[in-house]
Amino acid sequence: MQPPRPSSLIAELSYQCPLHCPYCSNPVDIGGETYRRELATEDWIRAFREARALGVLQLALTGGEPMLRRDLVELCAGARDAGLYSSLITAGTLLTRERARELKAAGLDHVQISIQSPDAEDNDRIAGNRSFEKKLAAAHHARELDFPLTINCVLHRQNLDRVAELLDLALELGAQRVELANTQYYGWAVPNQNALMPSWEQLRRAEEAVRHFRERVGPKVDVLWVLPDYFEELPKPCMGGWGRVAMVVAPNGDVMPCQAAATIPGLEFANLRDHPLEWIWSESDAFARFRGTGWMQEPCRTCPLGRQEEDWGGCRCQALRLAGDAAATDPVCRFSPHHDRVVAAREPARADEFVYRTMKRPRVPS
Amino acid sequence: MTRPRLVTGARLRFDEVREEHLLLIPEGAVRLNPTAAEVLGLCDGERSLDDIVDLLSERYDGADLRDDVHELVDAMAQRGLVVDAAA
Repeated sequence: MQPPRPSSLIAELSYQCPLHCPYCSNPVDIGGETYRRELATEDWIRAFREARALGVLQLALTGGEPMLRRDLVELCAGARDAGLYSSLITAGTLLTRERARELKAAGLDHVQISIQSPDAEDNDRIAGNRSFEKKLAAAHHARELDFPLTINCVLHRQNLDRVAELLDLALELGAQRVELANTQYYGWAVPNQNALMPSWEQLRRAEEAVRHFRERVGPKVDVLWVLPDYFEELPKPCMGGWGRVAMVVAPNGDVMPCQAAATIPGLEFANLRDHPLEWIWSESDAFARFRGTGWMQEPCRTCPLGRQEEDWGGCRCQALRLAGDAAATDPVCRFSPHHDRVVAAREPARADEFVYRTMKRPRVPS
Repeated sequence: MTRPRLVTGARLRFDEVREEHLLLIPEGAVRLNPTAAEVLGLCDGERSLDDIVDLLSERYDGADLRDDVHELVDAMAQRGLVVDAAA
């Protein structure tokens, strides 16, 4: 059967980053041997061309911090030549006026800047780095050059009560989009779950703040707000379905169906140094493993709501983490025999202390 | 709506892979029929809505496309994809 056409390539250019966010989606072993050998400029540019030929439209240049790649301007030019719409997903601390101008000239389409909190001190505490003022400056540079600007903020117990302030800040900065991304419990968020898990009341208040803002501001600012998985009763189509919409390339060239797929034991990732992207997408084991519906177990196989091709079984990494089997139904689903574990995890966090992201593996608190 | 233009960062393109017109926007794409693509291609922030209607009428043997153009531009404006250059 012909696989669907991908529309999105997520290029994790480097796992190096000046920030230390405790919910980073990067693997906890970012400092290890696996990711040390980063792809060369020409590997990336070839991948961009191959991706476009496969149908990819959107390219996310992310990391880590993508601005630490010295060849970023060349990569943006390569993306433009390939015909991709490119987004730079950055912490903003390195986006000076001069660099922003170079990236604009090279053909970068869109800038997305992360903010950890609308409060300067809190932002710097969560990021583990003095970065707030630089982020605001970066947003100004982006707008001065007429880049469309997205502000994103990863939400958790320690900043959810500031959503209204954050939206006002984004409006003031001239953002066209705001991505409010509730923390997903992968990567560094796992050892930090106890400091990040919000309460229902916080989520309800934040949702209310979003509703008010949308009413007040209208379509000028597009606000993305999604209830976090752990507070849902039915799973979401993770990544738009495994191997259906997106592919993620790690800094070393491993091509994965999602950012967290490396946590699934026994999955082998083909590397774009060794294989054409078309083969990796259509034929490789990692993409074929959970594509479509053939791999599903009960209760997905006879889903009482007939949602197999709507949620595609939910998230494989979550199934692994909470049910101990990557091929199980996502335990977020109320029909999963492991749904009680999601319900139990909703207990709001009590600790404030973070395990900060570093190139060293975290000591997982017992 | 006086002089419509595409919102900052939106790009029209024909996707040779899918053989369809698209409006590419930050982290998304809107599928367009050929007529919609043609109308949006004329939304340059200089022409007025009337200019656009007249131009299309000329191209299509005097056909009256006023309602279609207004409907499309309104719908796109509601989604924040078209803005008024005069505002």
